[in-house]
Amino acid sequence: MSLFAYLVRHADDNLILSHRLSEWVSRGPELEEDIALANIALDHLGQARALFAHAAEVEGRGRHEDDLAMLRTEREYTNLLITELPNGDFAQTMVRQSLFDAYQLSLWEALSSSGDQTLAGIAAKALKEARYHFRHSSMWVIRLGDGTDESHRRTQTALDKVWRYVPEMFEGDDLDRQMAAEGLGADPSAFEPAWNERVTTVIESSTLEMPADVKGRTGGRTGFHTEHLGHILGELQWMQRTYPGARW
Amino acid sequence: MTEAAARDILAQVVDPEIPVLTIEDMGILRSVEVDGSAVAVEITPTYSGCPAIDLIEEQVRLALLAAGYTRINVKRVYSPAWTTDWMSEAGRAKLAAVGIAPPGDRPTLCPQCASEETRTISEFGSTACKALMVCNSCGEPFDRFKVI
Repeated sequence: MSLFAYLVRHADDNLILSHRLSEWVSRGPELEEDIALANIALDHLGQARALFAHAAEVEGRGRHEDDLAMLRTEREYTNLLITELPNGDFAQTMVRQSLFDAYQLSLWEALSSSGDQTLAGIAAKALKEARYHFRHSSMWVIRLGDGTDESHRRTQTALDKVWRYVPEMFEGDDLDRQMAAEGLGADPSAFEPAWNERVTTVIESSTLEMPADVKGRTGGRTGFHTEHLGHILGELQWMQRTYPGARW
Repeated sequence: MTEAAARDILAQVVDPEIPVLTIEDMGILRSVEVDGSAVAVEITPTYSGCPAIDLIEEQVRLALLAAGYTRINVKRVYSPAWTTDWMSEAGRAKLAAVGIAPPGDRPTLCPQCASEETRTISEFGSTACKALMVCNSCGEPFDRFKVI
């Protein structure tokens, strides 16, 4: 069951972030960006589906990917808090994306050599996508940070706001360490140096200031969430909750 | 029924988003194994979120059913990860013929006027696998297949 829980936490990250990004559809600052955000949301959704489907198979209790996405409660969701943060303005969405993409680069890289062949395959594919995402999101952080006074101010505000959700990404818990020891997963505390290097490069090029260290907010991996996740699940799950088993 | 026969049938199945390409041209048809009336097919998605993959799997099943196979197993595989290197030469030529720049050509030539003076408008285009470009010479916008 450990592998099941491990697959589900990463699927949860991708599903919830995908849902957040999809909220931008038809509201993007320009048409090309609207399409880009939808594409990135779709990549994360695909990653979530592949992980949920594999988790359901590993669990072997006849559950389906949709059951895992649509019929678990808030406390059963184990995504990182950063993925459930509201989009804020476009600067905040891009800052969140860039910080999370930089984390996923290390994650997928490590999981590409997982002893679980299916997980390794999913990660190898996702790694290619994460590279594309990071290039896009960091380009925007640089462009906005090094843009007008107004875009600089808003991007700095976003960075300061999202920063407290960074430490959770590298926290690691018993499950991470167990999966790493078994050669199936990775301990995220090992990701921090590479993440720092990637993010520092972006922040320096963007003329933004690196926020001071803060006490991070945490709890997502154990099912303790911000007030925002319940609202997301309300929207995501209402159809299956109201009409159980509905198909079309 | 032979493997070659099954493969010929599957080579007719097209990508619903870029219908000039067959799944064989795309390089997403990974393996075909035939055992009597049973056939096992492995396909791999281009992008994790490719919305066409469910439809492609269904079309693979329908094509094989129509050809008389009764036991059909279509498996989605993720490893090794798909790369544009697997696209066939025929597939690249078909893309160029319908005005989509094939992956990896440097410089990217305008599919309309063959000018080298082209630029990227957006890294993300009308489908997960394409980026949006424009030709500086003739002014026509066009899609470019992304390299992954």
